[in-house]
Amino acid sequence: MITYLPENHLKVIAQVEARMGDRLLGREEKSHYHQFKVKGQDAKDLIRFLRDEPSLGFAMFIDITAVDYLKYPVAQPERFAVVYTLLSPELGVKAQVKAFVPDGDPRLPSITDLFAGANWTEREVWDLYGIEFMGHPDLKRILMPDDYEGHPLRKDYPLKGRGERGNFPVYHASTQRPKGEG
Amino acid sequence: MYSYEQEIVERDENTVHMNVGPSHPAMHGTLRVKMEVKGERIVKTEQEIGFLHTGFEKLGEFRSYNQFITLTDRLNYFSPLSNNIGFAVACEELLGITVPRRCQVIRTILAEMSRLADHSLCLGAMTMDLGAFSSILWTFVEREKLYDVFEAVTGTRLTTSYTRVGGLAFDLPADFEKRVTAILDSMEKTIDNLRKSFYQNRIFLDRVEGIGCISKDMAMSYGITGPMGRASGLDYDLRKFRPYLIYNELKFDVPVYKEGDTLSRYKVRVDEMEQSIQLVRQAMKLLEPGPINFQDQKRTLPDKTSTYGDMESLIHHFKLVMPGDDHGIHPPVTDQYSATEAPNGELGWHIVSDGSSNPYRVRIRGCSFINYPILSKLLDGAMLADLVAILGSFNIIAGELDR
Repeated sequence: MITYLPENHLKVIAQVEARMGDRLLGREEKSHYHQFKVKGQDAKDLIRFLRDEPSLGFAMFIDITAVDYLKYPVAQPERFAVVYTLLSPELGVKAQVKAFVPDGDPRLPSITDLFAGANWTEREVWDLYGIEFMGHPDLKRILMPDDYEGHPLRKDYPLKGRGERGNFPVYHASTQRPKGEG
Repeated sequence: MYSYEQEIVERDENTVHMNVGPSHPAMHGTLRVKMEVKGERIVKTEQEIGFLHTGFEKLGEFRSYNQFITLTDRLNYFSPLSNNIGFAVACEELLGITVPRRCQVIRTILAEMSRLADHSLCLGAMTMDLGAFSSILWTFVEREKLYDVFEAVTGTRLTTSYTRVGGLAFDLPADFEKRVTAILDSMEKTIDNLRKSFYQNRIFLDRVEGIGCISKDMAMSYGITGPMGRASGLDYDLRKFRPYLIYNELKFDVPVYKEGDTLSRYKVRVDEMEQSIQLVRQAMKLLEPGPINFQDQKRTLPDKTSTYGDMESLIHHFKLVMPGDDHGIHPPVTDQYSATEAPNGELGWHIVSDGSSNPYRVRIRGCSFINYPILSKLLDGAMLADLVAILGSFNIIAGELDR
């Protein structure tokens, strides 16, 4: 039975701070987990450490998502943040890694070789935010059509789209039937 | 018998391409599997999740917290109340408020009844996909009885929208306990039928035993939670991990199986239904009169009778409902991940708040979206007929899959 053991948070914080040093941009205490903030290129290193360090054992994948801070009232290190959530069955705590990715050429290493569950969730982040995961085996759209342009969850993308619904290609069977067919 | 490694089937001139779904009756509406098959053996598969694109997460950025609850009904449409409760719990954690005890008890009862409705239809659909038609009629009858109660409580059968941030839309009807007790008794008989009909049934066992095996390590790597994870020996249930509502006061077991095959996933759900019945019975005894809403009119909608009855409540209602920066609920500027145990696993909400009345970003960790990708790994090297059995045991809900 995996149960929540809040006393183990300190162990996680001490290990992560010792490992990351200056590369740790900050950490935040939440209701039942800690959030560690790093730059995009350091995220994989930290996640691998969380997973492979025997005294931590964050072997369970929970989720990957992203946030676009373009219109956020509080200044952030970069425009995009990719948020990884993991669980340690042995310690009974969750941890979140928030990796900041710059605008312009948002990219960071893929963690599909560490967690199989990252495959679809990274594809989803690429689809909806345009953040590229280097080393992903099959980085293609998952929710939107393959020929879709733009990334709908970005803050500068309008709610009702950019005319995709109005300009949808329509095939009229009655008027475009080949000659010779009844 | 229980193999967690897939067999490799080589391509040759007899390999043909084949589509299963989305219009196949066993593919749950939108799912499509592109296959290469050699006779009855599957060489390679590729999954597509189809288009049920509702755009919950984008819409959520343009809705207030209470308006978003109507969208959560459409997520897992087998158990809308679980989603309502999950989102309300997440918002309350973000705001740092605790709802009154009666509200917690009611939510617990309805969450477990939701689990019963979800599991019963899942088991009925799974067995029907494998050729047993009577079972879906038994389970559908039970689900409809539960929906009758949901209708009496919330006013609708499917789009319940029953919770509010900090409470509930309205209190329970007078005959609630009597109706629920009658349902639980007949539900127990149905569970007994589901066991008697299938646990010794050679036709059924041949189709599910040792099929689609997921090991514990695979489940952890893919992030598989809920009954699917517990069928693989992953003893993780949020009701025990970090109890919310009143789960820490209730006595119940979490069924866990080690095999990780399709039969285990069936058995876990049957056992969970039994536990849910016990949970509802225990929670019923804790129902006491009292307020159902958090007593702070700056953050919780006043109930309808006082809104129509006194001026102060009407003004507060107006201030919370109207759009704009001066109105609505204003959580602190932060982000928060919260999760509840939905029928299919961990239903997570990553809410980012910028202090305005609308969430800046709502991320829904839908259980189906995380549980589904492993299907192609299980199918490569399997038999074509196994697809239906394995997919039925996943209980994939398209509303949660393509958000």
